[in-house]
Amino acid sequence: MSFVEYGDTIREGDTAIVFLGHESMFPVKVQHGSKTQTKYGVIRHSTDLIGKKYGSKVTCSKGGWVVILHPTPELWTMNLPHRTQILYSTDISLITMMLELKPGSIVCESGTGSGSLSHAIIRTVAPTGHLYTVEFHQQRAEKAVEEFREHKVEHLVTVKNQDVCKNGFGVSNVADAVFLDIPSPWEAIGHAKSALKVEGGRFCSFSPCIEQVQRTCLALEEHGFTEINTLEILLRVYNVRTISLQIPDLGKAAEDNSNPGFDSSSQANQGVLCGSQQQGTVQFKSGVPLREMVGHTGYLTFATKSLL
Amino acid sequence: MEGSMGPGVRIREGDCAVLKRDEVFKAVPILKRRKVIFEKQWFYLDNAIGRIYGTTFEVTSGGSLQPKKEMEEPTTETKEAGTDNRNIVDDGKSQKLTHDDIKALKDKGIKGQEIVQQLIENSTTFRDKTEFAQDKYIKKKKKKYEAVITIVKPSTRILSTMYYAREPGKINHLRYDTLAQMLTLGNIRAGNKMIMMETCAGLVLGAVMERMGGYGSIIQMYPQGGPVRAATSCFGFPASFFNSLYEFPLSKVDSLLSGTFSIETLPSESEDNIPAEEESNGSLDEKPASIQETEEESTTEAAMESNQTEEQETMDLAAEDTENKESKEKGNKENIREKQRKQQERRKKLVEAAALLKEKNADGLIVAGRFHPTPLLLSLLEFVAPSRPFVVYCQYKEPLLECYTKLREKGGVINLKLSETWLRNYQVLPDRSHPKLTMSGGGGYLLSGITVVMDKGKSDVGRLEAEKTEEPTSKKRKLEELHS
Repeated sequence: MSFVEYGDTIREGDTAIVFLGHESMFPVKVQHGSKTQTKYGVIRHSTDLIGKKYGSKVTCSKGGWVVILHPTPELWTMNLPHRTQILYSTDISLITMMLELKPGSIVCESGTGSGSLSHAIIRTVAPTGHLYTVEFHQQRAEKAVEEFREHKVEHLVTVKNQDVCKNGFGVSNVADAVFLDIPSPWEAIGHAKSALKVEGGRFCSFSPCIEQVQRTCLALEEHGFTEINTLEILLRVYNVRTISLQIPDLGKAAEDNSNPGFDSSSQANQGVLCGSQQQGTVQFKSGVPLREMVGHTGYLTFATKSLL
Repeated sequence: MEGSMGPGVRIREGDCAVLKRDEVFKAVPILKRRKVIFEKQWFYLDNAIGRIYGTTFEVTSGGSLQPKKEMEEPTTETKEAGTDNRNIVDDGKSQKLTHDDIKALKDKGIKGQEIVQQLIENSTTFRDKTEFAQDKYIKKKKKKYEAVITIVKPSTRILSTMYYAREPGKINHLRYDTLAQMLTLGNIRAGNKMIMMETCAGLVLGAVMERMGGYGSIIQMYPQGGPVRAATSCFGFPASFFNSLYEFPLSKVDSLLSGTFSIETLPSESEDNIPAEEESNGSLDEKPASIQETEEESTTEAAMESNQTEEQETMDLAAEDTENKESKEKGNKENIREKQRKQQERRKKLVEAAALLKEKNADGLIVAGRFHPTPLLLSLLEFVAPSRPFVVYCQYKEPLLECYTKLREKGGVINLKLSETWLRNYQVLPDRSHPKLTMSGGGGYLLSGITVVMDKGKSDVGRLEAEKTEEPTSKKRKLEELHS
């Protein structure tokens, strides 16, 4: 296992994901002799995990079972220990595409935070690219180094413990893309510009507040960035449910019994009706939005450094 | 100078490039002495060759491109401006220059910037407008009269934005941020072995190829008529990227799964299919791929594609020329031999594709397009290893609802999620920041999940899974409701 390469079987030293049920999971470090407690009972690493295929079911001591999954940056994002607020996969997806990341890209990032975006970037730029990530909080930087080592991606990333606003990224004219998730991104635009390649590159800043965005955009313009564009992306999840609705009795004549007041065949054609019609009710499948959803994470401001 | 810059930085003849003007894009091959029409402008790309990608050009007389000089600083002298719009009356008389005057200026070869200046000078209301309105006026006029274009390198970002804006019907209205989600959810990266089934003009395939950077392998499943790769060709990938791209006909999936597949049953069929693909690369998706979408305008892209086919033609012509020098008979013979060689190569690759699929250890499955996803998923997931992600795109929600239900029944998948994304653009100006007036109404829906090892008693497990996975959610929801 590594975060940049799939493996088939679970091995000593792997970081595996224990999947308990919908959205309920946690990461586990696989070690000979180790035990992990779940609500379904104990998992013994030596006998229950090591040597098993990823994706298989493991029966716990109380008889319940869990599925052991191969880690991906996305599963990691859902399960990592939070040391800070983190970026989630919806924003990460757009950042990755709009920064034009691909194998071989050189990327600068600050701050490292809990490493959610870092893992996704490393995955995308491997095997020939590199991530320079700068974090001003010492413990966080150290913890990130440790995680990258455990996830076998340390050769693809350099962690620096410094303040990007004061000291920049520690590299110049090498980056294809720069990403900022810091409280005052406008103070680091100059450093971002000098980290980017001579021929140019892409820039992104993530800020929760519009006031931050305003100052960042002004700074970007002053430094000659082009294609300045601010976006916001929201994820809408739908629960798939079978719903049944009652047919109102409008006192139709008895002979019409089979046809409850509307043309059911035409509705079926629309694909809305997929259940059977029971007496007085109609069943259908629906994608039901969540009662509450994340309505704001942050604004994503993208820009291009061009040669001129 | 060149030393400090990486390869592929300069525009070369034969490159696939993208023209950009404001938010409008158009993919073109860089060819000499070829007239290009873009945004009602025509010009030649000859002068762009050797320049650096990202350079902005001005279209000058005779349609030649000249690199635009450093932007002149906007005049910062204190301007005269009104405080509000109470004195502005829309009587249609504020601009003293007539349509003909402006045309005359243009014909004289006066630059766009000067025309804008003249427009300002001849506007009776300009000075009464507020500072903000003046900015807006200048921006609008500049956009109309300044003939500048930028030449950029193609990328998933640019091509997916271009397709969504210009020809959404060809990519089943797959919005670029939705594509971005697919690439992430699918854990697309170098070294993967991916199965693809898409009818989005090859855009999704191109995006996946870009993310894999030539490492790993891709098996593209294709419906009758062969795989479509019009958009894939716009990426300008090196030829090596195509070495590990395989294709396999959908119509043979069942026989492959049941073990009755053999290469002997294929030759006649594949020979019919593949040449059709080559000819139709550009033209196939002009067929009514989306019959319902009659409102689509297919103007610009068609131009682009015809460019491509023209390019192919010119290359063919060149090949014919060299052949003519030799004796015709010999050429004919060689032609036949070449055809046979190609056929053999194709058959070899097909056998390889079948072998790759039969290993049933693919690292993921991406489905996008106009086919019903349920049968595709139920069959193609068989080829995917356990603990690997899959993502299905559909323009409509309902087929994914059904697909979700069927997958749950069958089992072998967990973490099923049906979702869409909303994307909002912002105007950011000091004290004037707000969401833009319009936003995209929808970018399609995604169903994603993770494969797991299938137990022997299939349907049994499916039920267990459903019970087990449904329960915590409903509990959780109840808890959440209590809290709120």
